Amino acid sequence: MTSLKSRLSGNLNRHIMGWLMAMPMALVLLVFLMAPIVMITVVSFWGATEWSIYPAFQFDNYEFLLTSEVTYRVFLNTFKYALITWICTLLIGFTVAYFLAFHVRSLTWQIALFLLCTIPFWTSNIIRMISWIPFLGRNGLANSALISWGVIDEPVEWLLFSDFSVILAFVHLYTLFMVVPIFNTMMRIDKSLIEAAVDGGAKGWQVLWYVIIPLTKPGIMIGTIFVVTLVMGDFITVRFMSGSQSANVGRMIQNDIGLLQYPSASATAVILLITVLMVIGILLRFVDIRKEL
Amino acid sequence: MTTIPKIRYSRRSMLKTGAAAAAASTLSAPMVWGQAIKDVTLRQFGTGVSNLNEVATKVKEDLGFTLEMTALDSDSVTQRAATQPDSFDIADIEYWICKKVWPTGNLQAMDTSKITNYDKIVGTFRSGKLTPESVIAQGTAPHTVGFTIGADGKEFVQEESGWMTLIPTIYNADTLGIRPDLIGRPIKNWSELLNPEFKGKASILDISSIGIMDMAMVVESMGEYKYPDKGNMTKEEIDMTLGIFTEAKKAGQFRAFWKSFDESVNLMASGEVVIQSMWSPAITAVRSQGIPCVYQPLEEGYRSWGGGLGLSASLSGIELDAAYEYINWYLSGWVGGFLMRQGYYSAVPETSKDFMTADEWGFWFEGKAAEGDITNPFGTVMEKAGAVRDGGSFYDRMGAVACWNAVMDENQYMVRKWNEFIAA
Repeated sequence: MTSLKSRLSGNLNRHIMGWLMAMPMALVLLVFLMAPIVMITVVSFWGATEWSIYPAFQFDNYEFLLTSEVTYRVFLNTFKYALITWICTLLIGFTVAYFLAFHVRSLTWQIALFLLCTIPFWTSNIIRMISWIPFLGRNGLANSALISWGVIDEPVEWLLFSDFSVILAFVHLYTLFMVVPIFNTMMRIDKSLIEAAVDGGAKGWQVLWYVIIPLTKPGIMIGTIFVVTLVMGDFITVRFMSGSQSANVGRMIQNDIGLLQYPSASATAVILLITVLMVIGILLRFVDIRKEL
Repeated sequence: MTTIPKIRYSRRSMLKTGAAAAAASTLSAPMVWGQAIKDVTLRQFGTGVSNLNEVATKVKEDLGFTLEMTALDSDSVTQRAATQPDSFDIADIEYWICKKVWPTGNLQAMDTSKITNYDKIVGTFRSGKLTPESVIAQGTAPHTVGFTIGADGKEFVQEESGWMTLIPTIYNADTLGIRPDLIGRPIKNWSELLNPEFKGKASILDISSIGIMDMAMVVESMGEYKYPDKGNMTKEEIDMTLGIFTEAKKAGQFRAFWKSFDESVNLMASGEVVIQSMWSPAITAVRSQGIPCVYQPLEEGYRSWGGGLGLSASLSGIELDAAYEYINWYLSGWVGGFLMRQGYYSAVPETSKDFMTADEWGFWFEGKAAEGDITNPFGTVMEKAGAVRDGGSFYDRMGAVACWNAVMDENQYMVRKWNEFIAA
């Protein structure tokens, strides 16, 4: 009897303790994540004049957004940037992580080289991005070098203020977000599995394809989520590297905010959020990250 | 830090007590506050052109109080003036921004009887006419949004009512900037911006209210259309104008669009662009790098802009008095001279004359050939002896204004179309 009682109260205590321990995080998320999102959603139904916004419940913002051909073009462009950047960062990120994890044998060197990868992150990403501009310009280093080598006669124009420069900057900025999670999962692969595969007669590429890649999937997926969400939410890289000539969803929101059209910006943000959540939802179908963590 | 009683009237109580309170606050001019004014801090924000630290330093020296400056781009300035009235005491904004922001009630009108040099402010900002013969240009001309009915007036009035919304500070006539060394032939018309000869080497600024006016100048110059009023286009006119530019954009006419001053300087200096919309000091910035750049006067005339200081509606008591003192000081010449030596114009040019050398005055204002080297306020040599200002004298330039930066009735529609142009 007493033992049952104490066990019950113990359970209850543990229950309360659990809730209490989760509370700070839950509060932080509630205040800094949920509340703003709710607010944005609410405002997205409001109306706006040129200088003010007024509470209302109308679908004007969504109607304008979803019926404008520009919206679809801009979303398509955003997906294009995300997809190409994802492919490039994945290839580079996987290769770098593979090299670090399997080719570099000593732990000291692994750590040293890994830290080397993070050095560019010691400066702000705006600076890293803008430094491309003098390099890629019409009379920039890249063009003068190519001309002096005799590769080209006329400066190449598409190096700067083009989709090329936008994606180049994205890849430069976000590859590390791919390297880190992939490297992390690779380090945890049991080396004996690879030995077993080799003993079983697998060739190099077979080990890569049938052993390493399947085991690295969670890392790839985490990296993918990082890169895709970062690229889809970006506005400043697209603005600077395209010379304001291309648009993605982030720039559309930024323009609206600049022109005091908060409700319309909120509506775009809500649609973007839904889109990104759908993308992540699909990604998570492929790998159960929680099981792998 | 000594504690100074900060007397803050609420705006409402001021209005209630009406004339009596107004009279009281007029009487309580500087001497009553005495030393207390030295501890006042005024927060000013505005576009980079006139938010210069030198001005803040000089204010501390001459007036004793502290002026904090924040420089932002035009969009952010509008946004801040319209949405965060308590974040500033003085707004340094352009007249077209004033048209947008004034109805929010975030600014208070200024009593012109307290402005010492009011009578000397150039006609453009009072009657709208630079000289009695002048024709008023299209667009948001400063005098149309420069006056209101009273301290808390919400409506603009067309005559000099004694209550000013903004005290004009600086203004200029804008045109296209070109790289003569890379173009190699004379440029005379706005239409050259879309000339296929400059394919991939042209640029326009990505600030809709200003950009649309540059576009209108180009469209008229091409002979495509004559606007009844460029400053207030109909939806069809907006579609047509942006249609022409969208076509040019798709054909690769533009290298980039710029939004901030620095971007325009870099585009021009690096040779990415040879012809573009530009602001006067940006030209000077390119030129001071030793790169030839001309602020090309064009046959169709200039697109002009003007800025002024507005007071936050929440300013009262000693801060309000300090603000008036600051404004009177602003018009008394030192700032004018400082700005005119960078190529802008001061609202009260005659007071600025005392703060410039005869040669500087001759070069910048009268359009005469420089007798010696012309330096800017920071000591950089801008022009060598013999040089003449692009466009000539004050009256030649400001007298040839074809339109002012504007906010149209169809502004929201225009803005949406502008976004589509950028995304095209």
